[in-house]
Amino acid sequence: MDYLLTEEQKMIKDLAHKIAEEKIRPVAAKYDISEEYPWEVLKVMGESDMFGLFIPEEYGGFANSTMNLCLATEEFSRACGGIAVCYAASALGTIPIVLFGTDEQKKKYLPDLASGKKVAAFAVTEPEAGSDASGIKTVAKKEGDHYILNGLKHFITNGGDAETYVVIAMTDKTKGARGASAFIVEKGTPGFTFGKKEDKFGIRASSTRELIFTDCKIPAANLLAKEGMGFIVTMRTFDMSRPGVAAQALGIAQGALELAVKYVHERVQFGKPISSFQGIQWMIADMATSVEAARGLVYSTARMVDAKVKDVSKESAMAKMYASDVAMKVTVDALQLFGGYGYMKDYPIEKYVRDAKITQIYEGTNQVQRGIIALKIIKEMAK
Amino acid sequence: MNIIVCIKQVPETTEVRINPETNTLMREGVKSIINPFDMYAIEEAIRLKERFGGKVIIVTMGPPQADAALREAISMGADEGYLVGDRAFAGSDTWATSYTLAGAIRKIGQFDLIICGKQASDGDTAQVGPGISTHLNIPQVTYVKKVEEATDKSMRLERMLEEGYEIIETPLPALLTVVKEINEPRIPSLKGLMRAKNAKITVLTQKELNLDPQQIGLCGSPTQVVKIFTPTPRVGGQILEGEIPDIAKKLVSLIKDEVN
Repeated sequence: MDYLLTEEQKMIKDLAHKIAEEKIRPVAAKYDISEEYPWEVLKVMGESDMFGLFIPEEYGGFANSTMNLCLATEEFSRACGGIAVCYAASALGTIPIVLFGTDEQKKKYLPDLASGKKVAAFAVTEPEAGSDASGIKTVAKKEGDHYILNGLKHFITNGGDAETYVVIAMTDKTKGARGASAFIVEKGTPGFTFGKKEDKFGIRASSTRELIFTDCKIPAANLLAKEGMGFIVTMRTFDMSRPGVAAQALGIAQGALELAVKYVHERVQFGKPISSFQGIQWMIADMATSVEAARGLVYSTARMVDAKVKDVSKESAMAKMYASDVAMKVTVDALQLFGGYGYMKDYPIEKYVRDAKITQIYEGTNQVQRGIIALKIIKEMAK
Repeated sequence: MNIIVCIKQVPETTEVRINPETNTLMREGVKSIINPFDMYAIEEAIRLKERFGGKVIIVTMGPPQADAALREAISMGADEGYLVGDRAFAGSDTWATSYTLAGAIRKIGQFDLIICGKQASDGDTAQVGPGISTHLNIPQVTYVKKVEEATDKSMRLERMLEEGYEIIETPLPALLTVVKEINEPRIPSLKGLMRAKNAKITVLTQKELNLDPQQIGLCGSPTQVVKIFTPTPRVGGQILEGEIPDIAKKLVSLIKDEVN
């Protein structure tokens, strides 16, 4: 389907495709096994201005656009969902600074993030605060011109490898959600250490670690927005980044579909390529149609975000939920088309199933997304 | 350091087909790319520029669509592109091509270094680089796999041989041809692609170059292609089994039969 991309968008998509095919696909299996952080690939992405896609030009970026981020993330994910999420998670850690940072904060942090010299991470989740972000226990206490952070974040993508962290902590526990604030914390700050690195089912090239804050003293100037804005920062960031996760799911689905189509074309049984059997053809048709439908939803949402439509929570949730459900279904079907070979690690397809699963879980489980969508619709009806 | 890189646009390597009747390359519908060996030349030139300053000028001889090859090189970090293109140059062999490119380089002006890929993936002659250096009367170092030392006056280079390598020092200006061991070409940046999109490509025709008409195009090309063919693949050999003395005897008799 033709999505009538602009010249610039086509250029971004083509360049991301080139990086995916030449630099990501050849090393995808290696990093899936080793679980090392794929610095060599991130360096190429940085040199190609890919980290600048979600950062305004005046801070060393290329253009601040969710559509750009989606196009790049989709292409990277076609080749490896794990390496792609290292990239997308840096976007997630950068977006709050782009949205809420002061000019000074932007000047200090964005140029290095735009060039890929540094990677970012966003830290909300805690052991007892997953879908329910109001359960956050990490606290930030103001002392003079500093804040003292104490607490534990976990399941933080890029944790340990990122240099720049946006951390949500409670500045006033009595106010509940309105007592949370967002802070920029640099790696190396005394009192800021890392816990265990998770051993994951999929997206194994990306790092997932605990962040531990023990009397971690950060300058008051590192507060993002104002005290009490932590949840607004989080929600606005997720509204912008959810199309990115949706694009990751979309790319994983697209990548699995391509591998499956190629395989059924080459695999001969009963004297014919199995692509000549109607049972296989119908599966391919259904897979391709659902991927295309997901793409339509993801791109439309990304365009709404870029057009600065005021409230995109419903569409963002729809795109993330639908694309990730499609990714799960399509990758499982793709593995089915590979038959017994698909189940073997010598073939690339089983990794797509593992990489797809997380997209239904993180940045709000798909059950939470359905809640957001339903509430919005009911509210709209009541108006 | 001002570096000129000569590149060629070729059909994508794995897709080359030859028309068996006319013995010419079938280019219809085949994607054109920069000759893969020239990518290493472009990369090395950009790396030298990053070390020493100056500029990288890309030159190609070809039809108007070779413009895309020049822009791709600019997107990687080259500064200027020259397209040497004129109907008068059509049908050039390696002699006429190197004569024409040498003429274009003289016209472009002062340079410290010329870098070419070791050969083009379509013709595989490896003659144009050395030809240019001969026409310009500057030293040439072929099959360079490493720049050991470089100043604005001279270079120390590792030159690949079939077994091992040799180290050669050359004064500048000089011409190098490079092999794939020398570097890994970079992926362009978005900013580079934007710059390339708007870059001005200078077209040099016979009118600007004013070359000897007897030495350009088909008329200036002494090469005659008599026949192009794909060698028949070697058929599998024969493995002799048994005791060594018996096999040796059998082998000798087989060789004798073959010779006779």
